[in-house]
Amino acid sequence: MTAEITPDIAAKVANLSRLKLTDEELAKFTDQLSAILEHAADIEALDLEGVLPTSHPYPLKNVFRQDVVSQGATSDGNDTEKNSGEKIAAFKSSVLGVAPESEDGQFKVPPILS
Amino acid sequence: MPEKDLPHNHSKHESSKDDDFEVVIGLEVHAELATKTKLFSDSANHFGDEPNTNIDPVCLGLPGSLPVLNKRAVELSIRVGIALGSTISPCTFARKNYFYPDMPKNFQTSQYDQPLNVGGSLTLASGKKIGITRAHLEEDTGKITHIGGGGRIHDAKYCLIDYNRAGVPLLEIVSEPEISSGEEAREYVKELRAILVAVEASDGKMEEGSLRVDTNISVRKKGEVELGVRTEIKNVNSLRSLLRAVEFETKRHISAIQAGEELRQETRHFNEDTGETHPLRSKEDDMDYRYFPEPDLVPLDPDEKWVEEIREQMPALPTEKRVRLKEASGADDSVIALLVSRGVDDLVDATIQAGADAAQTIKLAEQNLSDGAGKLEADAFLKVVNMLQAGELSATQVKAVLTEVIENGVDPKQVAESMGFEAMDEGELEGLVEQVISQNPDEWERYKGGDQKLVGFFVGQMMKLTQGKADGKVVTAMLSKKAAN
Repeated sequence: MTAEITPDIAAKVANLSRLKLTDEELAKFTDQLSAILEHAADIEALDLEGVLPTSHPYPLKNVFRQDVVSQGATSDGNDTEKNSGEKIAAFKSSVLGVAPESEDGQFKVPPILS
Repeated sequence: MPEKDLPHNHSKHESSKDDDFEVVIGLEVHAELATKTKLFSDSANHFGDEPNTNIDPVCLGLPGSLPVLNKRAVELSIRVGIALGSTISPCTFARKNYFYPDMPKNFQTSQYDQPLNVGGSLTLASGKKIGITRAHLEEDTGKITHIGGGGRIHDAKYCLIDYNRAGVPLLEIVSEPEISSGEEAREYVKELRAILVAVEASDGKMEEGSLRVDTNISVRKKGEVELGVRTEIKNVNSLRSLLRAVEFETKRHISAIQAGEELRQETRHFNEDTGETHPLRSKEDDMDYRYFPEPDLVPLDPDEKWVEEIREQMPALPTEKRVRLKEASGADDSVIALLVSRGVDDLVDATIQAGADAAQTIKLAEQNLSDGAGKLEADAFLKVVNMLQAGELSATQVKAVLTEVIENGVDPKQVAESMGFEAMDEGELEGLVEQVISQNPDEWERYKGGDQKLVGFFVGQMMKLTQGKADGKVVTAMLSKKAAN
């Protein structure tokens, strides 16, 4: 599959990512995306018979965590319930504090369909 | 503006009747898994908490945070896979990219071309088998509240977002397009819910959003092999809504085909108030998710030994539970299915095994355990049944006692005492019955003359006099005994 990246495709991808690009930027990214696809085409040209698809470069699988609540953001491993409550509140106010707008302990955003 | 959506039953082209069409339905059921923590991070998975208190850097997509898979979520998913006869398969996670504020990362971590559970089937009460395509693990999204414009998505002024739900583990169970009516769709979801509850994978509460159903519908002329144009309906939040949504959408498709109008493949939103569906997104905005493998998570490859361990520890499945409870109680199939779907059948079974009257236990469970059994255990339930049988509690009192025990797990006898529900002494009761009779001589004569309707009157008087403490059955027996003398 060596679909050519046209300015239209680049514009569509930009739109899906809610990026507003100037004509110059669009031209630049069209070229860059094309170069990436060309590289993929180079790999595709190799004989990969018998090579399994790889989703991850490391020979690792089945990495788990146990199902234990610890509010990982703030835990120091020896929380009392009260401490934990205070830490949650502190984390909440710090993240809401950096949001452009908030209201009633929630993130405030523009309407979705307008 | 939404286009005209009402199904027009009287179209200009009556060349084909409604009966000439058949509906083809496939369901995507999203079940929130009953874990303690989220799928990829360790903040709590708990419904109903104050907004944005169960959040952490991972579910907020903060820079530098990394997901780690919750083992319990995988285990519960494998249980569901085993229950549905799926092949538990090596799998990977993928990013589903979309730009929407319910996911601050701008992608949802899901599974795409390599899901955990592949294939399987679910058997309906009718015996019909519905194929299962797959069941994959993914994370839930945050909750958006639309403010202004009556709370409707189309007219909202702005939105508020609570990320407590973002990252909660979901199992998306996808059926084959083999369901052929709204009623069958309902049966499918009911049975799937019973399975999820039985294997303790989910609490199955549709009203809390623990179970959500996306409905794929198409209509074709009977005898045709090719599927018609498919629409997907979202926001179906109850079994009743599922039935209504399917009925509306089927009619809409048939009318469009009869009128020669073109149906669009699109996602539609079900409106609970009107019972109608409306287009949710325009075709131009159609999602292009650009899936790619999640680089931050390594492959999941459950080894056979682990799957076998899970298989050996599997709780009984609904079919087996229904047979067991039927044998123990002899109750009606519909009542048994209800108790199994509520997940209270084990308790009922254990209570009956401990010596409780089967019919009475079933009746109490049916009437009082609609939200599950809470902290009620078999020995306590046995006491309640026995107290009712012995006339120590009236029917109304039993309700109050059970509510308290379900909530707090306290001893029913103590609850009854603290509520002042002590059994009335027979002698005391008899005295009061005589008092009521002497105060109402006319009614008493009519009752003695054979007017049985007056039983209710006398029992009512007794309840008033004793503030509900009298046992209606005992009073009735006393009345008939006195009338006979």
